[in-house]
Amino acid sequence: MKNIKFLILGIIFGIILSKAEVISWYRIYEMFKFQSFHMYGIIGSAVVVGMIIFTFFRNGKIKNFQGEKIIVAPKKKGFYRNMFGGIIFGFGWALAGACPGPMFILLGRGVLAIVVVIVGSILGAFLYHTFKNKLPH
Amino acid sequence: MEFFLQPYPWYVAGPLIALVTFFLFYFGKRLGISSNLETFCAIGGAGKLVDFFKFDWKKKSWNLLFLIGTIIGGFIAYQYLTPSDTVGISQKTVQDLTALGFKNPGKSYLPNEIFSVETMLSVKGFLILLIAGIFVGFGSRYAGGCTSGHAIVGLSNLELPSLISVIGFFIGGLIMTWLILPLIF
Repeated sequence: MKNIKFLILGIIFGIILSKAEVISWYRIYEMFKFQSFHMYGIIGSAVVVGMIIFTFFRNGKIKNFQGEKIIVAPKKKGFYRNMFGGIIFGFGWALAGACPGPMFILLGRGVLAIVVVIVGSILGAFLYHTFKNKLPH
Repeated sequence: MEFFLQPYPWYVAGPLIALVTFFLFYFGKRLGISSNLETFCAIGGAGKLVDFFKFDWKKKSWNLLFLIGTIIGGFIAYQYLTPSDTVGISQKTVQDLTALGFKNPGKSYLPNEIFSVETMLSVKGFLILLIAGIFVGFGSRYAGGCTSGHAIVGLSNLELPSLISVIGFFIGGLIMTWLILPLIF
């Protein structure tokens, strides 16, 4: 039951993204057409506030619930993995109008067709790990 | 109550997303939705085929709970907090989509041309949804993260890999939106 807090945070996350229309295909299309500041404002302000919060993590002013220093583990380095993986992800993001979070939020909205996208994404993750030894990283 | 029923402007949504990120770190976790896709593979028995999926997925159950939460959140927002189904996209976007053959863009939350059950049951519509999903799953795991892990957390943490990934997200997204979508629709 100690993990119930993650369920609650997920509910809040789902409501925020729904209410901000981030999970609408139209908003993603509009973003890639540079026709509105909306998505850039959301991602940008989240990143700016995040940067400020992470500064407090780094200097130890904010500790975790056990009183330990919060260390943000860095992502894996490598140009090819990040660039090629990013481009492939971008194709899907713009086509489905949804990244992994919104896919599941749309499921809660009762959008049946998103099940096909979710099954595809699980298949995609499987295919990556099947063929990753043949890919540049 | 009226306030809660309005769509959130960007300057409300962005900081709130950062706050959720903060609480996950406070509780010892890192926001990252797309790693759940690997967890689903592991639960489904993919470890029999690919060694990577032999990891103990129960250690990632917190993230699955977060994911279930997002589904519930989507349900709550739809049922109780969204009186209107329209999306406030710009007039220019409406024009562009109309020119592509979309009917009444923004008047519903999602375009029927992609997400209606009828479209899903057509061969072309089904393939578009499936291939889009494969791109999202394959790409996010190749890059080691999606919008949440790279764009939100990685950029906040000033990580070069995340900057490269996000540039990649946009290269792919721009190619799809400007060059490929006009060919599909």
